[in-house]
Amino acid sequence: MISPLLSVSNLHVGFGRDLVKTEIVKGVSFDLSAGETLAIVGESGSGKSVTALSINRLVDFGGGRITAGSIMLSRADGTTVDIATAKEPVLEKIRGGEIGMIFQEPMTSLNPVLSIGRQIAESFRLHRGLTGRQAEAAAKDALDRVRIPDAARRLKYTPNQLSGGMLQRVMIASALACNPRLLIADEPTTALDVTVQAQIMALLAELKRETGMGMIFITHDIGLVAGSADKVMVMQAGEAVEQGPLDDILDRPQHAYTKHLLSAVPHFQSGRAARADFARQQKQMAALKVEGLTVRFPVSGSIFSRSPGSVHAVENIGFDLMPGETLAIVGESGSGKSTTARAILGLVKPIRGDFSTPGTNAATRTDPGVQMVFQNPYASLNPRLRIDSILAEPVIAAGEPVTAKTRERMAMLLKRVGLPEDSLERYPHQFSGGQRQRLCIARALMLNPKILVLDEAVSALDVSVQARVLELLIDLQKEYGLAYLFVSHDMAVVERIAHRIAVVYAGQIVEIGDAASVLSNPQHSYTKRLISAVPTIDRRQQHFEIDTRQIPSLVRPAGYEPPQADWRGFGGDHRARVEA
Amino acid sequence: MTYLAKRLLTFPLVMLGVSILVFVAIRMVPGDAITAMLGTEAGLLTPAQRQALAAYFGIDQPILVQYGHWLLGVFKGDLGISVIHGKPVLGIILERFPLTLELALLSMMIAILVGLPAGIFAATRTEKLSDLGVRIIAMIGQSTPNFVTGLLLIYALSAGFGILPTMGEFTPLTVDPLKNLGQMILPAITLGFAFAASVARISRSAMLDVLSEDYVRTARSRGAPKRWVIWRHALPNALIPVVTISGVEFGYLLGGAVLVEQIFALPGLGRLVLEAILQRDYALVQGCVLFIAFNFMVVNLLVDLAYVALDPRIRLGEGS
Repeated sequence: MISPLLSVSNLHVGFGRDLVKTEIVKGVSFDLSAGETLAIVGESGSGKSVTALSINRLVDFGGGRITAGSIMLSRADGTTVDIATAKEPVLEKIRGGEIGMIFQEPMTSLNPVLSIGRQIAESFRLHRGLTGRQAEAAAKDALDRVRIPDAARRLKYTPNQLSGGMLQRVMIASALACNPRLLIADEPTTALDVTVQAQIMALLAELKRETGMGMIFITHDIGLVAGSADKVMVMQAGEAVEQGPLDDILDRPQHAYTKHLLSAVPHFQSGRAARADFARQQKQMAALKVEGLTVRFPVSGSIFSRSPGSVHAVENIGFDLMPGETLAIVGESGSGKSTTARAILGLVKPIRGDFSTPGTNAATRTDPGVQMVFQNPYASLNPRLRIDSILAEPVIAAGEPVTAKTRERMAMLLKRVGLPEDSLERYPHQFSGGQRQRLCIARALMLNPKILVLDEAVSALDVSVQARVLELLIDLQKEYGLAYLFVSHDMAVVERIAHRIAVVYAGQIVEIGDAASVLSNPQHSYTKRLISAVPTIDRRQQHFEIDTRQIPSLVRPAGYEPPQADWRGFGGDHRARVEA
Repeated sequence: MTYLAKRLLTFPLVMLGVSILVFVAIRMVPGDAITAMLGTEAGLLTPAQRQALAAYFGIDQPILVQYGHWLLGVFKGDLGISVIHGKPVLGIILERFPLTLELALLSMMIAILVGLPAGIFAATRTEKLSDLGVRIIAMIGQSTPNFVTGLLLIYALSAGFGILPTMGEFTPLTVDPLKNLGQMILPAITLGFAFAASVARISRSAMLDVLSEDYVRTARSRGAPKRWVIWRHALPNALIPVVTISGVEFGYLLGGAVLVEQIFALPGLGRLVLEAILQRDYALVQGCVLFIAFNFMVVNLLVDLAYVALDPRIRLGEGS
């Protein structure tokens, strides 16, 4: 029998002083052959990242210790080494030389004060003994390999000068510099936009084919697994609850947790899972009507030169939102979707355009009937305030007295969002992420609003928690007839909650319409690109096309006005912008 | 470069503000040059005599007129005449300044050469005995007043080893470098000890922060050994707060170190200012303060330029 590239058996990893009590990985075993991709799937705290960091023993630097088990790696020279017990000098040869690693956050994973060229060249200096010109030339080749155009010039860039997708390519270039036999990718695309994610996955697949390396791919997104993995290992609470070939796991899951992951978690189904529980009535008053909304931010010039122009963050956006309806605004980072939401709440000032709700106060342009739930439930609750104070805040802000009735409403809403009644006397840190987001929803409902603006409201939550919060939102919508403006980049989540979808690209709506219609029959080229990039469990071993297109700059010279848009209808209220 | 131009433009504005403050403040303190010179005997002067003396010192006119006269002089490069020394203020300052500058530079050298490695050393051995040792010494260094350190140093050398520090007439560096260093080494150590202590503390904590950054993990994932990680990845990032602290401390030292100069009998800027204040030598005080403010601004500017060199993310002149 040929020995596998990597063979992990009965791996135990503990942290801190009491290694047994704080055991994070509890007896994980798996094998990986050259050219194979193993996906490790699990939610935060499942031990999947710690498992990955143990394989090149980086876990040592985070206070972890391998307490039992072995990690046998067959090295390039034909020998086998047990990484679990190897000494640091040996490990330094293996790291980068035989095991490369890429991380979740390309923005923070590269040294901000060193040029990317130096950081890539570092691998060559460390493992190949190259110096000066030679190292630089090798770094340029490495950048070419990850399809970064104009590599020679970009070598001198520092990380702040490149986008997240570009930086992740730089990370890949540096991890693969010395042709490692194994690549560990720890959530490599979680921080990236979906079209960029598709590009990175395509690149990794292509490089894997070129080099025949083995790959361990860690993710919480089981849809992404379908497109890239040969084998899957599902982890929960430090144990591998199920592992096997990709099709077995996805089509015939055995363990309850795997089934739960596959069924409870929103998967993108190209519009088939879209909601059909709302129909617009003729002559109904819109809960929110937005017309020609335009937000621009001036680009600051120096005192000696005039401002070179402004960022056209939101350009002439218009839509209406009926009571009881969800309009999802989807787009990638920088597309202007959050700015749109903020403008409607009066948090940024539009330079032009109008929006009206039945209760808008003309003077302040604010309306207590519009409330907001933010993305990060950890940052949006003041840790020093008790829950009753937090829930009282919107009431106080609206200038109303806090009375026994207010407390009654607090208790009622807490019960409604599924939190125990004694929550009122507790502090935010005593709640989990999902519970915190429920608190934020309760807070938003305190003033009995008509419209909720949900800005990436479930993005920071674990996948199975996402599903439950989405269910709660749908229930609340039906009960109170709420209109939702749901801003998100996650197409799978949007499919679950939206009745209508507006696709925003470079500050403008390029396509809008009925959710099922937009998702199943996209018309604008950007919508098509966006939807084809969304991983689904239907598409197995998918070959993504590598696409190096960049989002156009939104900076326009002063006085620039975009041309009038032409629209084409595609049945119902599905419209898309005509492309030049 | 427009940034540099803008910064240089603020120099005269800040100095104008500083000069007004000093001008007014020193005249609000009870007593004047006459009482300072004659003490209680000033009471014996007849009003006419007093008037004549006041006119001699130039303090008989309204404060605004005095300020106008003085400012006009400053524009011509004339900071006025010192009453106690009977010489132009600028000349006196420039005479004293080399010593102060030398002392500040020596102290900073000691601080960087000792404090920085000590901080880095401690950061890489957190919670071990050596880390604790560095932290305790640094704490002592920061909390001991420097006259105590200075006196202890003198005592240790004379009582312990029987060597007396070179005292007596101060010898400038340009006249006899060896003798000069012999005189300067103890005061420099005295000031450098406290300086090194704060550098050690700040570099330790900055280093600890940086070592837990993602990019340090990335460097390790490439197989970089500990030393490589510390010197090539962590240090350039950790230096930024160290530069800030060093700049501030160095700026203070350029204003003179009164106590240390006193103990080691050094004719530095600190003692000059002190004498000037005690003697109500208005012109000298104003000149010194203006000079010190100018130095402080130059140091601050250098610190800002150092940031740019250290961190490519910082672009001066944008935003703020």
